[in-house]
Amino acid sequence: MTSAFDTIIQGILLGGLYALFAAGLSLVFGIMRLVNLAHGDLIVLAAFLILVLVTALGLNPFAAALVAMPLMFIVGWALQFFLLNRTLGADILPPLLVTFGLSIVIQNGLLEVFSADSRRISVGGLESASIALGPINVGVMPLLTLVSAIAVIIGLNQLFYRTSLGRAFRATSDDPVTAGLMGIRPKRIFATATGIAMVVVTIAALYLGTRANFDPTIGPARLIYAFEAVIIGGLGSLWGTLAGGIVIGIAQTFGAAINPEWQILAGHLAFLVVLLVRPRGLFPRAVD
Amino acid sequence: MALLETRNLTARYGDFQALFGVGIALDQGETIAVIGANGAGKTTLMRSISGVLANRAEAVLFDGEKIGALAAPDIVARGIAMVPEGRKLFASLSVEENLLIGRYGRAVDGHWSLDTVYELFPILRERRANPGTALSGGQQQMVAIGRALMSNPRVLLCDEISLGLAPVVIKDIYAAFPRIRAAGASIVVVEQDIGQALKVADRVYCMMEGQITLSGAPAALTREAIHAAYFGH
Repeated sequence: MTSAFDTIIQGILLGGLYALFAAGLSLVFGIMRLVNLAHGDLIVLAAFLILVLVTALGLNPFAAALVAMPLMFIVGWALQFFLLNRTLGADILPPLLVTFGLSIVIQNGLLEVFSADSRRISVGGLESASIALGPINVGVMPLLTLVSAIAVIIGLNQLFYRTSLGRAFRATSDDPVTAGLMGIRPKRIFATATGIAMVVVTIAALYLGTRANFDPTIGPARLIYAFEAVIIGGLGSLWGTLAGGIVIGIAQTFGAAINPEWQILAGHLAFLVVLLVRPRGLFPRAVD
Repeated sequence: MALLETRNLTARYGDFQALFGVGIALDQGETIAVIGANGAGKTTLMRSISGVLANRAEAVLFDGEKIGALAAPDIVARGIAMVPEGRKLFASLSVEENLLIGRYGRAVDGHWSLDTVYELFPILRERRANPGTALSGGQQQMVAIGRALMSNPRVLLCDEISLGLAPVVIKDIYAAFPRIRAAGASIVVVEQDIGQALKVADRVYCMMEGQITLSGAPAALTREAIHAAYFGH
């Protein structure tokens, strides 16, 4: 009994990581209907940026992530404003092709600079620290990951529903032409949204890089988890994305508890089951 | 000098030319009406002025400045707000958020604020938390007008605000116009309803097939002249 409960808790905590992978993807898709196939590679890029800041400047990884956030915001803003905005339109194929190409460019760029070696960002013993919650031991880093994921979702929801910028995001998503009549510049709004998504990507990268090894080629696998979390949760719903991440996380830990070889497969199977039962996801947005 | 003026304004959608050298003028404090049948080019004229359709810079003059080539956000920032045809409320935003977003591109102090818009259309205060699109057609039109007023515009463009509304509702909406004028806005209304246009406007322009076919003060225009300019025979 305790072990099943333990498995659920570990799954929820793992789900926090997948929700972080997915939140930026969900944000960008929700606002501009852009599916960014380079999202996973951008997470890996941010992880390498944090690694460089840690090794070159001797920063604590958390401080390095704080430094990396504004840098990644600029990367995201410029990427959207100068490249991805040109691909948006009635046809959904150009953004897919361009971000697919971007994914390959980022992977090869990282291979060129950092080689194919596996890396890890050290957090000085924190990776193995754990605290006891009743009968269950919980890792400090997984717990921090879930807390960060919830904080990110709350923060994005506040931004969306409580600020002038959030109103502009939603208005532009509804109708960019009429948004223009309100003084909103959709291309800049899209650039700002991608910039914010890259800040979330940096937070995801911090936990990706400190919890496990990473190398330049692991981005696409992370993209799959992110996609599945977004689809399970319902397109465009941020809380749904968190729920989707947790569903995959729990499925994976249960799969692993039965047989370690089944971990990844179990997550994908859970995704397929949700698609069969609720094709529009658990919390589809009323307005599409 | 006119506050807002179009000079030899042309517009085309691909091979289709919608406007052929349109010239209208709006003086400070004035209300003008643009009337015409479906497809006469009235909405194209509004879209050209508001920056949705780009044009030659010198085709539209505002306060002496050539604004024809500017994009919509730059036009709003200068004080020309549009109530678009079909209202075009944002479905994801509540009534109050729809109003607030009207200030996004031009947050200047003036007569109009949330409070004064709610005074103008009290029903909106009751419905403030509803989604904009959950309201009746007339109430949605009030939100669309209020949203445009929130930028404290110097010129208010109203495109077909009576379209699809019951006569009693149209009367309610036009009842707000004296207060909008008194607050300092000059107004361009586009109407298919000739009677309504003649009632509200100081001067009327009639359009047909992308050209101005008649203009003048309502009192100076005969029924026959309007009929000929509107229908072409």
